[in-house]
Amino acid sequence: MTQLTMAKSINEGLRRAMADDPKVLVMGEDIGKLGGVFRVTDGLLDQFGAQRVIDTPLAEAGIMGTAVGLAFRGFRPVVEIQFDGFVYPAFDQIVCQVAKLHYRTRGNVKMPITIRIPWAGGVGAAEHHSESPEAYFVHTSGLRVVAVSNPQDAYVMLRQAIASNDPVVYFEPKRLYHQKGEVDLDVDLADAPPMGLARIAREGTDVTLLTYGAQVSTAMDAAIAAEDDGVSIEVIDLRSISPVDYRTVAASVRKTGRVVVTHEAAREAGVGAELVASVTEQCFDYLEAPPVRVTGHDIPYPPAKLEKHHLPDLDRILDAVDRVLDRPNSLTGVEV
Amino acid sequence: MMHTLTPTADPATDVDDVARLLTPDGERIADHDLDPWVDDIDAEALRGLYRDMTLVRRIDTEGIALQRQGQLGLWAPCRGQEATQVGTARAFRADDFVFPSYREIGVNFVRGAVASDFVLAWRGEAHSTFNPYDINTATPQIIIGAQVLHAVGYAMGITLDGTDQVAAAYFGDGATSQGDVNEAMVFASSFRAPVVFLCTNNQWAISEPVTVQAKFPIAGRAPGFGIPSLRVDGNDVLACLAAMRWATDHARRGNGPAFIEAVTYRMGPHTTSDDPTRYRDKDEVERWRRRDPLARVEALLRGQSEFSEEFERDVAAEADRWGADVRSACLSARTKEPIEVFDHVYDEPHVGLESQRAQFAAYLEGFTSAELSTGSDAAVGGTTR
Repeated sequence: MTQLTMAKSINEGLRRAMADDPKVLVMGEDIGKLGGVFRVTDGLLDQFGAQRVIDTPLAEAGIMGTAVGLAFRGFRPVVEIQFDGFVYPAFDQIVCQVAKLHYRTRGNVKMPITIRIPWAGGVGAAEHHSESPEAYFVHTSGLRVVAVSNPQDAYVMLRQAIASNDPVVYFEPKRLYHQKGEVDLDVDLADAPPMGLARIAREGTDVTLLTYGAQVSTAMDAAIAAEDDGVSIEVIDLRSISPVDYRTVAASVRKTGRVVVTHEAAREAGVGAELVASVTEQCFDYLEAPPVRVTGHDIPYPPAKLEKHHLPDLDRILDAVDRVLDRPNSLTGVEV
Repeated sequence: MMHTLTPTADPATDVDDVARLLTPDGERIADHDLDPWVDDIDAEALRGLYRDMTLVRRIDTEGIALQRQGQLGLWAPCRGQEATQVGTARAFRADDFVFPSYREIGVNFVRGAVASDFVLAWRGEAHSTFNPYDINTATPQIIIGAQVLHAVGYAMGITLDGTDQVAAAYFGDGATSQGDVNEAMVFASSFRAPVVFLCTNNQWAISEPVTVQAKFPIAGRAPGFGIPSLRVDGNDVLACLAAMRWATDHARRGNGPAFIEAVTYRMGPHTTSDDPTRYRDKDEVERWRRRDPLARVEALLRGQSEFSEEFERDVAAEADRWGADVRSACLSARTKEPIEVFDHVYDEPHVGLESQRAQFAAYLEGFTSAELSTGSDAAVGGTTR
């Protein structure tokens, strides 16, 4: 075990994956000499050379489309999209090619591409640098989508994503890059929990709180605060949002009967909408109250000075917990 | 050095400003640059190219007929483009990798596609038929220009592996307006990728003339990316073969990408759903009919007394066999079982999709197989089994 930041644990994940498999390549903008704008690829160029650590032209469709061609030839490209809001030029290649080629070719052509996306807000950034576009990818069949919340998962799930024969969109929360945690880099990847499994981050009995990514930390803070108030919250770190581990989710909801979902992304047709719909279908008879979503507003990402009013914080989560417990809350007596 | 190119009026439509070895009348003319690349092509080899083009035309004709008879949902005819497709594809090695678009019937034929490969996708039975690795040819691409990036990425992989293969991308004049195609040229140039670009300028992108895409010859764009290019008569199978031999040799020797604009004409509609009489005039089509790619090879061979009745009869018989095989492959197609729509979405099990598959299987249990086959007939209008 060693103390590593999330950025460093991802870096180690890339390094070890490249060392283990000569077919693994990394490609993206500024990932070579600079080591990436977040230094996640620091040192890889020196170790593996410019043929496997590819500084690409500034063209996201080009990066994704050439990654498809490399996968056609048997490589396992790990693509870095510099910022969440820059992924859209690559959207056509991701949706029409990366996600569909295996289906189109009836399994003959594999697309083992990992798409790393520095993700979400809370870092005081300029426009287009704080977005949460995950629902677009969750809605696209053929892709797997994961979001990491701590350095250990970041390492293990990156290794699993790269090893997967399916394309994986891997969201890494920017605001956790420099947060340290205990990481076991020698963990046996075959024995580690598969990336598709959710993790019960904290056990509880009164309310199930579903979340993923950096929002897991906020949810844990909320659970600790609620405990002082006599409320026991079970926090589930989904880890994978396509597919979702509904076995773990449903078991928790059947125990607590109350559900709050929180994510930074906007609410309309978001991951929370799908979670609430599926939980309602699967656990309707166990629910004591309508599930509640605590999300970013349905607005374009606001200017940095205002982002704290957009991101669902501890107090907004606790307010939602009060709602599902039918305790006085901000909407008591309010028509909505 | 500053070098300024000043386009003249609509040079994109000057269809005679091309490199050529065979005139529309079938006269073999000299071209200093192209001649060395086809000095091995004797009458026998020329007959081989004529045969290929004839068979491709026959497959194309059969496809249109099958669509008109309700056996195919759609067909994208290649009539008029046989020389571009056969001539260039004959320049590849078997281990080169080709990324075609949906109209490259002749390319797939040369690469080794079998009769069913031409019809099952248009019939709606599958999105693809051949395994790309069996004939080193990707599934024909429908998204305009997307495959050009795939060819470049594949070529970057060739460089990584250190082999002397070449990747090729086929796309049309319309595709040259796409970002993907321009990005592909940037990547190919920057990484000196062993890739060849073949732009089939058939003058029309559905109803839009090439002048909507380009006010300057398309081949003229490539040098701006640092890629050498050639503009050839796309109805001249010899020129197309020579140009692609030059391009593949250039790429194979490690000199990076090369670009060919083949100037040809889409004689038919964009697809069988299109009506070109709404947007182009008969005279233009007639002018191009006089530039037919097969007729000029026949004229050349006849002039050399190399086009015997026996050869003509043999090719016609072989063409009819292909037509019959294509028809038979179409009519004998087996539609997959309903539950198979879930197959191959992922390579590894996906719990969410497995759950949906199980639910749909349970739902299907409630039907007889006769009810199901009636229901699934809606996929292709008029199809019966």
